[in-house]
Amino acid sequence: MTDVTAGTTTYRQALHDGLRDALAGDERVFLLGEDVGRYGGSFGVSRGLLDEFGPERIRDTPLSESAFMGAGIGAALGGMLPIVEVMTVNFSLLALDQIVNTAASLSHMSGGQFHVPLVVRMTTGGGRQLAAQHSHSLEGWYAHVPGLRVLAPATMDDARWMLAGALRDPDPVVIFEHGSLYAMEGPPPGPGPVDLDHAAVRRAGTDVSLIASSQAVHVALAAADALAEEGVSAEVLDLRVLRPLDTEAIAATVGRTHRAVVVDEGWRSVGLSAEVSARITEHAFYELDAPVARVCTAEVPLPYAKHLEDAALPQPRRVVAAVHAMGLGG
Amino acid sequence: MPELTMPTLGADMVAGRLLTWHVAPGDRVRRGDIMATVDTDKAEIDIESFDEGVVDTLVVAPGTKVPVGTVLATLRPADAPQAAAAASAPPAPPAPPAGPAPVPPPVVPTPVVAVAVVPAPADGPAGRRRVSPLARRMAGALGVDLDRVTGSGPGGVIVGDDVRAAAAGTATEAVPAPAPPAPAAEAAPPAGAARRSDAERRASLRAAVAALMARSKREIPHFSVQQTIDLSAATAWLQAYNQQRPPAQRLLPAAVLLRAVVLAARDVPGLNGTYEEGILTAAPRVDLGVAIALRDGGIIAPAIPGADALALPELMTALRGLTARARRGVLRGADAAGASITVTNLGDQGADLVQGVIFPPQVALVGFGRIAERPLARDGMVGARPSVIATLTADHRVSDGHAASRLLVAVDRHLQEPDAL
Repeated sequence: MTDVTAGTTTYRQALHDGLRDALAGDERVFLLGEDVGRYGGSFGVSRGLLDEFGPERIRDTPLSESAFMGAGIGAALGGMLPIVEVMTVNFSLLALDQIVNTAASLSHMSGGQFHVPLVVRMTTGGGRQLAAQHSHSLEGWYAHVPGLRVLAPATMDDARWMLAGALRDPDPVVIFEHGSLYAMEGPPPGPGPVDLDHAAVRRAGTDVSLIASSQAVHVALAAADALAEEGVSAEVLDLRVLRPLDTEAIAATVGRTHRAVVVDEGWRSVGLSAEVSARITEHAFYELDAPVARVCTAEVPLPYAKHLEDAALPQPRRVVAAVHAMGLGG
Repeated sequence: MPELTMPTLGADMVAGRLLTWHVAPGDRVRRGDIMATVDTDKAEIDIESFDEGVVDTLVVAPGTKVPVGTVLATLRPADAPQAAAAASAPPAPPAPPAGPAPVPPPVVPTPVVAVAVVPAPADGPAGRRRVSPLARRMAGALGVDLDRVTGSGPGGVIVGDDVRAAAAGTATEAVPAPAPPAPAAEAAPPAGAARRSDAERRASLRAAVAALMARSKREIPHFSVQQTIDLSAATAWLQAYNQQRPPAQRLLPAAVLLRAVVLAARDVPGLNGTYEEGILTAAPRVDLGVAIALRDGGIIAPAIPGADALALPELMTALRGLTARARRGVLRGADAAGASITVTNLGDQGADLVQGVIFPPQVALVGFGRIAERPLARDGMVGARPSVIATLTADHRVSDGHAASRLLVAVDRHLQEPDAL
């Protein structure tokens, strides 16, 4: 594990603790995926678990996303509680047929007779110079699909406790872990559980709402700090649950501040930010004092070169600029 | 080219008579400016412009009765050349320069119209005033004339703070108010344009009410439920509220009752909507009709659009404005838009209860009798308590006694928690 100073922990460790808890707490829980066993997980989340729980419950799989996702679905139908790890959301597209056409649909197609209590963990996001095929943010694609619950832990508490709630859901849940957050340090998480239904206000404010999820929450918080120095009070709403979206919380924050900037590491077109913006229009139009602004990733496959990657991803200064364009601060 | 058309000012209106033009060709108009007065069977209604531009042609002469949708006048953009057909009209004043700096009105050598050339403070690229949804809602609620507000947002857009400041009277003193519309060439109105006498008006209004109510009773299977509502809590709260406020900000009991109906209509959405062609359309918001008795007899039911977006004081302001305009017989187009549910309130002097007649195509009508002290039992004791008998008349094709009761129960519940109104 990462060297952690006393009194703090990491997002990676919080995920590890949640996973270990789940395995220890219920014999039906097992983990499968590429390199989750001997290698300890490509991001180190499952390191040590093979020794503790053995190869029956920590299963390395061949490099075939569709096959091991299908195995997970079969196990779930057979009464187990599988956790399937897909290295990155980019690779999960190879398993998309299993996730969308099988896992998400079976309960509906069987009239509720079959549930698929499957949990899929995958890494998302850029910022680590891994180039296009390892860096994309496709959460919006999954949030589009009825039958799935889609979670995006941005904090230590959510990293620690969302998995336990996901395992209690009788239907498939997809959890997105942001690659740039694994090394984030902070105070240890509080006691669980956390709910899987609601967005959370991470910082209260009165002038503008910054609506974000995952790593973008931290971009928004940094922007809020910078705005505070100019006397602009920004509220930061962490969506947490990307499907079903917490429309009430979105409308409520806009009702308090009357302005919104959606910060999303996904691409702008037809994405999560578009959905959030549409909900604001549908549910809080008469509260708006300015058009909804969006700060998203540039619509390119994410570049490798650091300065280009930085230029493509949402940055706090771009959020601040969007707020300035609304006539606040600056 | 934008057009001003004969609007529909109620579900039953098929035609209207143009009474008076308040503008002449060449006049510059902005959104919200009164362009004409139209006579319907129920009231004289001032028609506002929905566009900005210069009046090009007045198509319909005063005194003419035309069907809904008929083009009454055409407008052209402020900087467009005049149409050939109107070439004999006085020359258009020069378009105002871009930018917010006020300029003195240029001397236009024409005796006919004195057009105030005020640079539009919040013109967007297309020349339309740009106002945020919040600002527009606040302006409606606070009674602020947006023409007198300077926009401080990006590109001069009017935002909520501008309206708040204008309402507080602290802003926009520097912006001259637009001159009142010129009394456009009204010296010799054509024959037939004369306003109807009061007796004619009363007869016409009576006939319109008769036709609508007869249609309602003919087509709608009415039923009613009623409930006596204890107003002790609401009355006490209202008294405390009003004690701390100057008369202009005080609330009437009617506003409290209306607010409770608005909240209840949101709780029980099946009664808030319209029924046409066999289909019930639930309204996405509460457009609250208010039945208003006119001083010289007759009744009309204009609407407060989007009443559920208004807090109680805003609703009071809207009600005050609506009643005043209805009684003066100068309703605006927006007032006459269709309601989704209507309230009739007999007030202090009325009978104990009223079982009203639904305004088609709505499906429900809430009636309040007078507020009076009545013997009510509570906690095993009978006491004299202020109360009101509320009735709900509903359309049995789309609802039944159960849903109707739920709405009245919701009204009761909201009135027991006046703090939350």
